[in-house]
Amino acid sequence: MQPTARKPVKVESSWSIMDRVGLGLAWAAGLSLCLVAGSIIAYMAYKGIQYVSWEMITSAPEASLDQSATGGFLDPIIGSLVLTVIGIVIAVPVGVAVAVWLTEYGRPSGLARAVESGVEIVAGTPSIVLAIFGLLIFQQSFMGLFSFTAEGGAVFGRSFIAAGAMMSIVALPLVIGATREAMMTIPRHVREASYALGKDRATTIRRVLLPSARSGIATGATLGMGRIIGDTAIVVILLGASMQISPEDGFGGIFRGTGSTLTSYVYNNSPAGEGNAPEKAYAAAFVLLLIVIFLNAAVGLIGRRNKPQWN
Amino acid sequence: MELRQEQPQQNGTGPASGTVPPLRRIIVDSETPPVHVADQVPSYEYAPDPLAGVALDPEANIGWTEERMRTEALTIAYGGKVAVNEVSLEVNTGEVLALIGPSGCGKTTLLRSLNRLVELTPAAKRTGRIMLDNESVDDFDVTHLRSRVGMLFQQPNPFPMSIFDNVAYGLRERGSKRPRKKELEPIVVDALERAGLWDEVSKNLNHPALALSGGQQQRLCIARSLAVSPEVLLLDEPCSALDPISTGIIEETIVGLAVDIAIVIVTHNLQQASRVADRVAFMYLGDMVECGTSGQVFGAPVAERTKEYIGGGFG
Amino acid sequence: MDARVELLLGALASTILLLIAGMVIFVLLKGMPSFTNNGISWFGFGGNVDQQLMDIFNSPANPADYNYELHAGPLLYATALITGAAIVISTAFAVLSAIFIVEFAPHNIRRVLEPVVRLLAAVPSVIYGLIGILVVVPWVADNLISEDRKESVAYVIQLDGTSILVGILILCIMISPIMIAIIVDALRSVPVTWTQGAAALGVNRWRSMWTVSLRAARPAIVAAAVLASARALGEAIMLSMVAGSVGFAPNPLDGFTFFLEPARPLASTIVDNAEGLSVVPFGQTMYAFAAILLVSSAFLSFGGWAARRSLSKYTLGAR
Repeated sequence: MQPTARKPVKVESSWSIMDRVGLGLAWAAGLSLCLVAGSIIAYMAYKGIQYVSWEMITSAPEASLDQSATGGFLDPIIGSLVLTVIGIVIAVPVGVAVAVWLTEYGRPSGLARAVESGVEIVAGTPSIVLAIFGLLIFQQSFMGLFSFTAEGGAVFGRSFIAAGAMMSIVALPLVIGATREAMMTIPRHVREASYALGKDRATTIRRVLLPSARSGIATGATLGMGRIIGDTAIVVILLGASMQISPEDGFGGIFRGTGSTLTSYVYNNSPAGEGNAPEKAYAAAFVLLLIVIFLNAAVGLIGRRNKPQWN
Repeated sequence: MELRQEQPQQNGTGPASGTVPPLRRIIVDSETPPVHVADQVPSYEYAPDPLAGVALDPEANIGWTEERMRTEALTIAYGGKVAVNEVSLEVNTGEVLALIGPSGCGKTTLLRSLNRLVELTPAAKRTGRIMLDNESVDDFDVTHLRSRVGMLFQQPNPFPMSIFDNVAYGLRERGSKRPRKKELEPIVVDALERAGLWDEVSKNLNHPALALSGGQQQRLCIARSLAVSPEVLLLDEPCSALDPISTGIIEETIVGLAVDIAIVIVTHNLQQASRVADRVAFMYLGDMVECGTSGQVFGAPVAERTKEYIGGGFG
Repeated sequence: MDARVELLLGALASTILLLIAGMVIFVLLKGMPSFTNNGISWFGFGGNVDQQLMDIFNSPANPADYNYELHAGPLLYATALITGAAIVISTAFAVLSAIFIVEFAPHNIRRVLEPVVRLLAAVPSVIYGLIGILVVVPWVADNLISEDRKESVAYVIQLDGTSILVGILILCIMISPIMIAIIVDALRSVPVTWTQGAAALGVNRWRSMWTVSLRAARPAIVAAAVLASARALGEAIMLSMVAGSVGFAPNPLDGFTFFLEPARPLASTIVDNAEGLSVVPFGQTMYAFAAILLVSSAFLSFGGWAARRSLSKYTLGAR
């Protein structure tokens, strides 16, 4: 049988005006995103390559009125490195321990929830608040051994240790989050198999679970490193504003001393700081950007390479 | 030829020569004990059937039909692999067409090509023609096509909204003028009634749709598809995730809807096909092996393959 | 052995908790004198806030004579203005960009754009500040600030390019990438049964994205907005570089010039004044600022949690 013709219905396009407006806006947003992202990267690359040089990276900054003799930014690079190391060395063991406690033990549950909320609060706290809190703590006289103490008893409160300790607080939520995620993905039967073999919980964690969560811990540590390297507020407040690394006499040396990092160097050399050496600022910013790109790529690689296969 | 009625008429076959009672009561009174879905082996063998006492004889009810869609030498290939091979098929209003065959034979691909949903898969290539009311489906807007050719999926997929919003969704989200709630209410109620869900949800249409049971959700999806007044309804194994009671209710609904909508149902359950279908098409590895009325294909299959499949020779 | 380990770890976790709680309480306590000495007028306007900060800094050494007077209205206003505008603009921009990336972007663009967005989310704020102060601020100063405009407000404030316009713009660029990344993830994880179901009903791609996917992703959008607000609220360095170092309250009645006026939010004020912390009343004032920031971000977190809970009413167990 031939199909009867359907009553002719005026077929309007299924895209209404509002739909088209929405589509147009989405395209506009997408294209402007491309534009902005592209120009930021292109500009930084352009300016950075223009100004960066091997001498800059390897020579220490000098205080000098003559721009050509102000040296490079070796000390700030070392400063960034030292801070990151201190921050991660504190954050990773503490973070993993807290994460393990939260996922494997977590009793009483009220305490566990309180700890979770506490970590969230820290994650949302601006680093400037952490910075002045750090200053408050480290300027107390009983913390005198962590930084320089002047005659008359006033504790300076600013040192690599002080800044590093606060940096570890900044990195802590990231380490805890990533470790918890990694541990929660480990299926139950792995733990049960270990218990069935007679191992207690502590040994199971140490021998079985933590090794499998390695890549998650590494991801958290790398995310933390990225956050530490990029932070300026804590550095400006807690590291003392010395361009070069000035270790303290006596034990502790560099840790009790002051210095600068790539971020504070960029800040100081921009029109907002004291210096007016935009070329140095661009060069240092370029190096900083490369480090961040590298860390970002590392996070992606760690995640992809070490995906544990559970069947 | 008789016009199909809403209730199955008196007929000579069946366990009793009186009126064949509605499906729902048959399940409860059946002599064969209901088989739990989980116990049923998911293959295509002849398994004990909880609805074995039913005698819906579709052949006695074939009345007026009208061609709605047809495919002409339709071929669909993913990458190099041919999923549907030169299939020519007719889909008529007034009857239920069942596509049967083992898994991987292309019946779902064929179904999804009828509303051009197969285009959402990136690697799919289609040749041959598909006609809706004698117009090629490529000639008009694909979203318009899909409002005329509706689809029901294997897993019930109600949106995370209220029952009313679910049913009214298709009507609200097309065209520029947003219909007012007062205009939508009668259509929503009618759709829910035709889907057999109205009695159970009439008390509160603002209830979240995801709070319904599986069978209710699937009927909600039927109502949702009905609300846009489709000419064709494609059902992709709609009952495979449901319990036997819901299955029975939905099968009854499907048979009732076939009066004015062309229904195509893909199913791997041969008993279901024999219960609801007027015409059956058997597919194997992309080819349309046999197509005919339900009585012909199940009673007297022509092709060897068909005989093997129906006899449970392979799954 | 197991019991000892549990005790040890629990003790460590509790110590961390105590440290965090201590920090919050400490900051609040330290800032209290500033609030108690000013009462409700702490939050109001009145006089030049920079001058007031200077006077606090110059307080006599005698504790009884400490000067606390402060009307921090301009700073609160600047914080709310810059953060609020940035959040509203960025959320709209991030949602639209995410829709573009997930649904409409050509394949090649998508492949490049996604990792770039994730990279941008990790770029330090000082780099955004650098580009802002070396490129955008001079451009604004040269092209948008004419002599007439400068004169029209010269009696109140100097216009040199550092302005809330640049601040809001760069803040948007800074917080959008992380929002885009979160929303893209959320849109991608919408069950394909819903998107296919909507398509099968004859709904076009935009409508389906807007009414189904975006709706399902609402909790994630809220979470992204809360995260971005926390970052915007606490942004000290970048805004100190580009939004001006003056505690000025931009005047909306100035028309377009309103956007070209400088302002300084709370976080930037703390960073700019960090050297003076050793002067007791000054330090306490700074802690009062920090307390406001802390309480605000706590409120934001709580608000976001409450909003997410009410949004998940319709998703219930099934998802």
